[in-house]
Amino acid sequence: MTEGLRELFWILIFPGFVFTLGLGLLVSWVVRKVSARVQWRKGPPLIQPLWDVLKLAGKEVLIPEQANKTIFIGAPMAGMAGVLLLSTMLWRITISQSAFVGDIIVAMYLMVLPSLALILGSSASASPHAALGSSREMKLVMSYELPLVLALIVVVIKTGSISLAAIATQAPIASISGALAFAVGVLCVQAKLGFVPFDIAESETEIAGGLLIEYSGVLLAIWKIMQAMMLVALPLFMVMVFMGGFGTSGWSVVWGTGKFLIVVVLLILIKNTNPRLRIDQAMKFFWVFCGPTLAAAVILAMVGDAYGIGWL
Amino acid sequence: MSWKIKALKKSIWVFHVNTGACNNCDIEVVDLLTPKFDVERFGIKLVGSPRHADALLVTGVVTAQAAPRLREVYMQTPKPCVVFAIGACGCGTGIFHTGYHVVGPVDKIIREIDPNAIIAYVPGCPPKPEAMISGVVKTLAAL
Repeated sequence: MTEGLRELFWILIFPGFVFTLGLGLLVSWVVRKVSARVQWRKGPPLIQPLWDVLKLAGKEVLIPEQANKTIFIGAPMAGMAGVLLLSTMLWRITISQSAFVGDIIVAMYLMVLPSLALILGSSASASPHAALGSSREMKLVMSYELPLVLALIVVVIKTGSISLAAIATQAPIASISGALAFAVGVLCVQAKLGFVPFDIAESETEIAGGLLIEYSGVLLAIWKIMQAMMLVALPLFMVMVFMGGFGTSGWSVVWGTGKFLIVVVLLILIKNTNPRLRIDQAMKFFWVFCGPTLAAAVILAMVGDAYGIGWL
Repeated sequence: MSWKIKALKKSIWVFHVNTGACNNCDIEVVDLLTPKFDVERFGIKLVGSPRHADALLVTGVVTAQAAPRLREVYMQTPKPCVVFAIGACGCGTGIFHTGYHVVGPVDKIIREIDPNAIIAYVPGCPPKPEAMISGVVKTLAAL
C-alpha cells in the first residue's frame, strides 16, 4: 500500500505533475522574458503563464459541431499524460538512479506522443485550417525523427550503453561526433517544441493557429500545460543525453541547472533570430543537411570507438 | 466567478476583426502590438483564432457583407469576452453613416445576438495606441 502511495506521490506531486507544471510555467516565462529582452522590450511579469492557464481554465469550452468529440477531448489529455510520464521518468532517473535497461528507447517513444496527440486532436476538430496544420505536423515529425534517432545512436556508440542513468554519467558533447549530434539534436528539439523556425504547423499568420485553432477554454489550457511541460522534459533530456546529466548533490545541482538553462537559452535565441521555414524547406533541411551530417557523425563515432580515440 | 474575472483581467488575448475599415485603425492596432508599447507587460497578446480570444478588436463600419461574419466571430468566441469598437467608424459609423452598404455600428450588430455583451468604445480617427491602452485599462477596471 505504502509503495503504491509513494508511486502516486512521484507521479502527481514530485517529480511529476505539480513539480513539472510549476517548473514548466517558470521556463515558459523565461522563454517569453528572454524573447522580450531580445526585442528590447520589458516582457511579461513572472506570474503571467499561471494567469494565462487560470484564465483559460475559467472560460467556456466550445466544441465544433462536426468534431469527433471523444478524440477532440481525449487528445490533449493523452498528450499531457505522455509528457508527464516522460518528465517523471527522467527526473526519477536523475534523482534515484532507478533506471531500467533501454529506457532511452522508451523516452524516444514518449517524446513522439505529444505530436501524435496534436495530430489526432486537430484532425478530429473538423476545420480546414486544422487539417492543414495536422498534415504539416505529420511531415515535420517524419522529417525530424530520423535525425533525432541518428543523434541518439551517436550517443549510444560513444557511451556504450542504452540506459539513461549510465549515459548521464558521461558527456558525449566533448567530442566531434557528439558535438555534431548535439547541434542537430537541439534543432530537432526546436521542431518538437514547435518553436520558430519550425512552428510551421501552428503558424499564426497564415493558418491562424493551425493545430490548435478550434480549441478553447480548459482544453486549450491543457495544451498549454503540455507545451510548458515539454519545455522541462526535452531540455532535461538533452542535458542527460549529451551534457553529462543533472546531478543531485551540492554544486552539481547548480551546474546541472546551468546546463539546463544553456540549452533553453540556445533554443530561445534560435527562435528569436530566424524566420519561419516552409514545410518543404524544413523537410529538406532535416533530410538533406542533418541526415548526412549525422551519418558522418555515426561513422566518426564508430571509428573513434574502434581505435579508442575519445575526441572523435 | 471572481477568480475567473481576475484571471481574465490579467491575461487578455485579442483577436483583430476588420469589418470594412479604411485600414488606418488597423495600422494603429498593429502599432499597439509593437515592442515600443510592449502590451505583453500586461498579458495582452495577439492570437490567430477567435476561439483563443478574450477580446475582439473590431474596426470599421459594419458593412452588409461583414455583419454576418462579425456575428459568427462573436458567437465563436468563448465567453466571458469583451468587444472593443475601435475608431469613429466602429463606435458610430462616422462619416459613412448614410452609406448604402452600412448596417453598423458594431454595438448594434453585437447586441442583436447578445443583449448583455460587454462593449467598450475607443473613439478617434484613428485612435492613438495610447488611447487604446487607456480604453482597455478603463474597461478592465469596470469589469
